[in-house]
Amino acid sequence: MKAGVVVFPGTNRERDIAIALQAASGRRPRMVWHGETELAGLDLVVLPGGFSHGDYLRCGAMAARSPVMGAIRDFAAAGGHVLGVCNGFQILAEAGLLPGALLRNASLRFLSQDCHLRVERADTAFTRHYQPGQVFRAPMAHGDGNYFADPATLDRMEGEGLVALRYASPEGAVVPEANPNGSARSIAGILSPNGRVMGLMPHPEDLVDPLMGGTDGLPLFAGMAEALAA
Amino acid sequence: MKAIVMVMLKPGVLDPQGKAIGHALQTLGFAGVGEVRAGKVIELELSESDPARARASAEEMARKLLANTVIEGFHVEIAS
Repeated sequence: MKAGVVVFPGTNRERDIAIALQAASGRRPRMVWHGETELAGLDLVVLPGGFSHGDYLRCGAMAARSPVMGAIRDFAAAGGHVLGVCNGFQILAEAGLLPGALLRNASLRFLSQDCHLRVERADTAFTRHYQPGQVFRAPMAHGDGNYFADPATLDRMEGEGLVALRYASPEGAVVPEANPNGSARSIAGILSPNGRVMGLMPHPEDLVDPLMGGTDGLPLFAGMAEALAA
Repeated sequence: MKAIVMVMLKPGVLDPQGKAIGHALQTLGFAGVGEVRAGKVIELELSESDPARARASAEEMARKLLANTVIEGFHVEIAS
């Protein structure tokens, strides 16, 4: 799997994503600066977390309009796989590559804590190493992760199976107490209609080695490496 | 010519910041404050001298960047 990791001014999780991608695929990903427009030869493009352009105006707003996003739009339209984590998810939503938007957390607090995610779709390149309904732990660290879409859009997404991950209790119950940021229908991660663009707020790359305290996130990277093996 | 773009969350989109401001006003003893909603004001200095064209230009900027129309509406005022 040849992966590219996109770096904007203010991105700060690109090395963590790179470590996870390399651990799973054995290949070092290419760092792609936000002004670049050449993505040829890549099987996967990852938009990592951080605070691109200082989160000014809205999280991801400036990054979504940078030159590399035109190339990513073409890459996705041609069937390429794109993963956005945290700020990367916000950027994909701002760019219109995924529906909805990420609002300020309902509590107004920046939340840096663990959460649990229930796998709603296990038939994608991103989630194939999890079982449907499986729950895994993932750290989260964001101030604007409150997923919003209008009710008609949410119904359409549910009908088309575009919800990939929901916040849940460790036992897998999707209940308000297990929804840390107020996201509509406890949505933590979503897919494009072709299942090849995924965005999620939590950070699976933070748990890919026993030294990090767990390997709950490793199946995501191992699944991509297997599905996108060149 | 100056264009003033006001960006507000759409009705129905939860505004926790507005809620927090409302709570703080109550704490300060301001009675009779109903729902509070917070938005953004963006002032643009434009070289355009025709008010209609300035408005059209500011509205295009709002649609393309200043507002996220999934969650926000906007209103443009032109001041000379």
